[in-house]
Amino acid sequence: MDSAYTGPLPEPTQDSQPYWDGLKRHKLLFQRCVSCGTIRHYPRPMCATCHSMELEWIESRGHGHVHSWAVTHHAFHPSVKDRLPYVMAMVDMEEGVRVNAPLRGCAPEDVSVGLGVSIAFEDVTPDVTFPAFTLA
Amino acid sequence: MPLRDIAAITGIGETKYCRNAGRSSVSLNVEAALAAIRDAGLQPKDIDGIIALTYGGIVAEDFMTNLGISDLRFSGACPLGGASAVAGLQSAAAMIKAGICRHVLLPAGRNGASGPRVTNIVAAIPQMKVLAEFERPLGVFGPAQFYAPMVRRHMELYGTTSRQLGEIAVTMRRHAMLSDNAIMQKPMTIEDHQASRMIADPLRALDCCIESDGAAAVVVSAADFARDAPNTRVLISGLAEAHPESPSIATQRADLTKLGTAKAAPRAFAMAGVTPSDIDLAELYDCFTYIVLCQLEDLGFCKKGEGGAFVEGGRISLGGALPVNTHGGLLSQAHVSGMNHIVELVRQLRGQGGKAQVKDAELGLVTGYGDFSDASIAIMRRG
Ligand SMILES: [Zn+2]
Repeated sequence: MDSAYTGPLPEPTQDSQPYWDGLKRHKLLFQRCVSCGTIRHYPRPMCATCHSMELEWIESRGHGHVHSWAVTHHAFHPSVKDRLPYVMAMVDMEEGVRVNAPLRGCAPEDVSVGLGVSIAFEDVTPDVTFPAFTLA
Repeated sequence: MPLRDIAAITGIGETKYCRNAGRSSVSLNVEAALAAIRDAGLQPKDIDGIIALTYGGIVAEDFMTNLGISDLRFSGACPLGGASAVAGLQSAAAMIKAGICRHVLLPAGRNGASGPRVTNIVAAIPQMKVLAEFERPLGVFGPAQFYAPMVRRHMELYGTTSRQLGEIAVTMRRHAMLSDNAIMQKPMTIEDHQASRMIADPLRALDCCIESDGAAAVVVSAADFARDAPNTRVLISGLAEAHPESPSIATQRADLTKLGTAKAAPRAFAMAGVTPSDIDLAELYDCFTYIVLCQLEDLGFCKKGEGGAFVEGGRISLGGALPVNTHGGLLSQAHVSGMNHIVELVRQLRGQGGKAQVKDAELGLVTGYGDFSDASIAIMRRG
């Protein structure tokens, strides 16, 4: 990834800091409820199924299938001007949650529902890493 | 049905819609508000409730200060993005039913074309904080990008086509050209739609609403007062607000093709005691063409997956079975957060629709849609 990243950076909260710390270590982490086992994403403090606030972080196996996608052609932000068009894939992960991240190395016309993808990691600054997908 | 026919819309007001008003959002808002109050045959001091849309930094205090409203009893907010205006009708009717208010002012508007554009302000909206933290850094900035995966999923499951979305854009444009207060006046064909540049595939430029400067307002009054108001009474017979599954971000929604509208519709129709086939016309929130198509399904005008075929063949045009957005909507009239949709429905039910008047319009429906598929519906009737 371009070392001069000029796009927006996340502002982690106390609830999400472990998620961003995980990405930094090239691990995609989801929250799992200690009480009922439900896996949830994006990070939040309470399990909506059983209302327990006891949680553990599990590492995703990193595999999933495309549920839907969008191809951005318009430069909504100056930082993306040089990488248009780009595919954002909404992916059903094996763990049962969905992840929306850029799909790299796949032409827009080759994306389809059910396409198998794997997680990848992009270090955009010395401190911040973003998730992405590549073809499985 | 607790809120059926409790309240009526007595006043409507709009500024001129344009691309560069050259004056402040506050000035636009108070102009529209005063027009609506006068249309209701009221004075500003009669207003005892305000539900302000806070986009553009507008607050209830702006109206109290400028209009000289000295004893406001209720200042409310409906933070549902584009569903706020119609959701405000439910709140207003509830305040009237509770005896707290008699006349509630609902204003909306901002300098959306000459001032900050939507894409630059969404990250600051509290309801968008999950997007702002987790997806905006990855490249999801604007509403077209939030909704494009919903459209794609609908296309993949049901065979919906871009040309069908184009039918909606072309119809809104044709309707706008009948209005003397619609920004877009250039004729549009399906080919124009198909040739318009891709924004967030499958959404093209002509699938997206315009951005504009201007304001609109309505006054909601107790139904008993409305009988003596200057204009034909327009009763609010059915109301509902709903929030979709996974309201903070569409990514986690099990069924991407369903909006909050699907939950709200049965409640609104039951309250009004009518069915979709009774509706003479619909003013549907149209931030994007697809949102119109999906609402038609979720409202029950056709089955899920049949929206594409439904909008073909002139069915949603003036003269068709269900005229939609007789003012041109957000796609071709102006973006006033859907307050212009409420104004237009009232105008139609009063018989003041001008060249776009739907013949014998007695029962109509208006919707709002916002953020990650929040929804609101009002069913109104002349009476
Ligand atoms: Zn649990």
